[in-house]
Amino acid sequence: MRLSGTGTAADNPSRGTPADDPMHRPRAVDGRAPDVMRRGEWVPMRQFRDEEEVDFVIVGTGAGGGTLACRLAEHGFTVAALDAGPYWRPLEDFASDEMHQSKLYWTDERIVDGENPLQMGSNNSGKSVGGSTVHYAMVALRFRPEWFKSRTLLGYGADWPLDWREMWSYYDQVEDDLKISGPVTYPWGPKRPRYRYRAHELNAAAKVLARGAEAMGIDWTPTPLATVSAPRGDSPPCVYRGFCTVGCSTNAKQSVLVTYLPRALAAGAEIRDLAMVGRIETKDGRATGVHYFRDGRWRFQRARNVVVAGYAIETPRLLLMSANREFPDGLANSSGLVGKNLIVQGNQAVWGDFEEEIRSYKGPPSLAVTEHWNYEDRGKDFHGGYCYMSQGPLPTLWGSTQAGAHGLWGEALVSEMQRYNHVAGLKIVSEYLAQERNRVTLSDETDQYGLPIPRITYSWCDNDKALNRHGLDFMGQALAAAGGRNIWEQGDDTNHLYGTARMGHDSKTSVVNGDCRSWDIPNLWVCDGSVFPTTGGVNPSLTIQAIALRTADRIRAMARGGDRRDA
Amino acid sequence: MQSRKDLFPGYDVLAKRDTPSWNPKTRSVIDERLAITPRTHRFLDAAEFATLLAVAGRIVPQPAGRTDPVPAAAMVDHKLASGEHDGYRQAGLPEQGTAWRLGLKALDAEARAAFGAAFGELGAWAQDMLLKTCEDGALRGPAWADMPSDLFFKKRIIPDLVKAYYAHPTAWNEIGWGGPASPRGYVRMDFDRRDPWEATEAKPGREEEAYQENLRVGR
Repeated sequence: MRLSGTGTAADNPSRGTPADDPMHRPRAVDGRAPDVMRRGEWVPMRQFRDEEEVDFVIVGTGAGGGTLACRLAEHGFTVAALDAGPYWRPLEDFASDEMHQSKLYWTDERIVDGENPLQMGSNNSGKSVGGSTVHYAMVALRFRPEWFKSRTLLGYGADWPLDWREMWSYYDQVEDDLKISGPVTYPWGPKRPRYRYRAHELNAAAKVLARGAEAMGIDWTPTPLATVSAPRGDSPPCVYRGFCTVGCSTNAKQSVLVTYLPRALAAGAEIRDLAMVGRIETKDGRATGVHYFRDGRWRFQRARNVVVAGYAIETPRLLLMSANREFPDGLANSSGLVGKNLIVQGNQAVWGDFEEEIRSYKGPPSLAVTEHWNYEDRGKDFHGGYCYMSQGPLPTLWGSTQAGAHGLWGEALVSEMQRYNHVAGLKIVSEYLAQERNRVTLSDETDQYGLPIPRITYSWCDNDKALNRHGLDFMGQALAAAGGRNIWEQGDDTNHLYGTARMGHDSKTSVVNGDCRSWDIPNLWVCDGSVFPTTGGVNPSLTIQAIALRTADRIRAMARGGDRRDA
Repeated sequence: MQSRKDLFPGYDVLAKRDTPSWNPKTRSVIDERLAITPRTHRFLDAAEFATLLAVAGRIVPQPAGRTDPVPAAAMVDHKLASGEHDGYRQAGLPEQGTAWRLGLKALDAEARAAFGAAFGELGAWAQDMLLKTCEDGALRGPAWADMPSDLFFKKRIIPDLVKAYYAHPTAWNEIGWGGPASPRGYVRMDFDRRDPWEATEAKPGREEEAYQENLRVGR
């Protein structure tokens, strides 16, 4: 039993910070893992020996791998989930500080090129147990149903091998697992159940979006968010600190670290932190396990199945690095598509200042959203859709936006920065098209593990540029209609990663099938944003998690069908 | 162009250090940052660091005689010394430490070629002129080797110095940001609403009122 106010949960403690070093010494050892909800406490953890053949070894514990690990363990499979990142104790390890919290990001070197080189690291790559969900903005949006058949119904992109109604039922489950806070009725798309927790209060930045949308005659809504608006177990309601994208120090955020992973442990899964997988081994056409680096040495975990869930850069990187005599072009790559069709989403913004004080740093950064241009197909000179949301950049992000995208430095920068409390912006999450020339390859340089550094090549196509223009024009009008002045455009930003191990109906044009299973190697699976053949105009995490739950259920169904060896 | 003002008189985000807005981890992280002194450098040599100090003075200028200046140059050196990377680098740029060393030497060489003096010894006008030429990619002296000067400006000088500057409490005071907020967070979210532990902006003629309010943020 725990007495409230005794300082074991999120109460402000006088106690200090942990003495161990989670970035250099694994925490999940000796039969226990950190209890992420309680200061200094532990939960028991089953451990497997390397030579013990587990049913599933999962590479990555984020939205895809962590969710899948939980469901597979709850289905009774033996699971070892490996993550390159540290096992954080959010209540003790997380500071209210942007610079320090960059420890949550994947900051290993990557080389970017192409006509529109991507910015990596901070907003699209996590290196933590729990993956990018530890620092994501918690935006929990569903796909528009038509996007699962976008080639047939909308005339662009690709049809998914998944049915939207089945996905809709998995969205229900994820929303319940995360107790999503959202509106009573959602303005767009087919009817969905009520969100489990009430919507969050709007901050002034969100009310700017609402004003603009109403002036433009379109719908808007409080954003469905994976941070609780009322207590849930050891999670207190969100206190509107506004540091969501650098880690939640109160555990209001329903990241994979504090939701699915504790469940996975309770169901008997092992989670190995600071475990970097460098190669998947194969024999006679089947995966046999993974080589991984932990505690100063390379080891080999045997497994009946291998799941790659490293997100759309590390996943193709691992498949390509695992090339061997049997699979000289990399694993699961008979189509030649591993690493190709990398897709990001547009993340352009308009910014302006207001007579009133906005102080957008308070509360989750994106408390209001409009999906109008996801569901309205008329009036577009491009394929695809977009939503846009209110914003709450903290000072170093805002400074680098003013200096980078706005080109200010010197006195011009420091004086403009003094308008910080009066600024509001609208930021897009938009649908770019898949192109084979956008891709992840291996460079000649090596990293600290001796593994080849990935090279990431990205260029916009004409459709992407037309979408950018439409979005910036519309958001600029909406911001002006809301009372914004001195409006300027941030034209270069992108976010989210997809497509480098795409799913499909045909082994010649995709890497995995609808069950996330490799066409080439029957006991090799991919479960993360890499499998998306199209992106839609919403953030990916909810869909990645819905696919993970579905994949686990499919694996159980196949196992029950007698194909236990394969699943 | 507007110039910088004392918009939040009396506001000191550090006054909140021992309030429920700062958890122990935040206190230790900010203590470490405040221990960096303006002239500490471990990674760059003396000449390179002198150039960086001068560059920082133009990119994120500070009022003369500030009692608690942001050690932006030293914070960049600290980043390079501790090997914290951004997670990507543009093709054409070397690794960050190599890029900084190369770029600072090249800027200094350009200063000597154009004006016959070290970059750090030039006046503000000449320094800005060189930095603008760098931003435009038009510095092409042999000291740059294969590194484009505009990439160095946009991908190293700007993000590294600006992020360092706005990661410091002095800069937070200057822009009136609430600062660390764990676990207390905030309550008043609407337009023109302010929690008692947030900065008050001085309205013309009411500076004293703002000053008195700002003395209360830590209570």
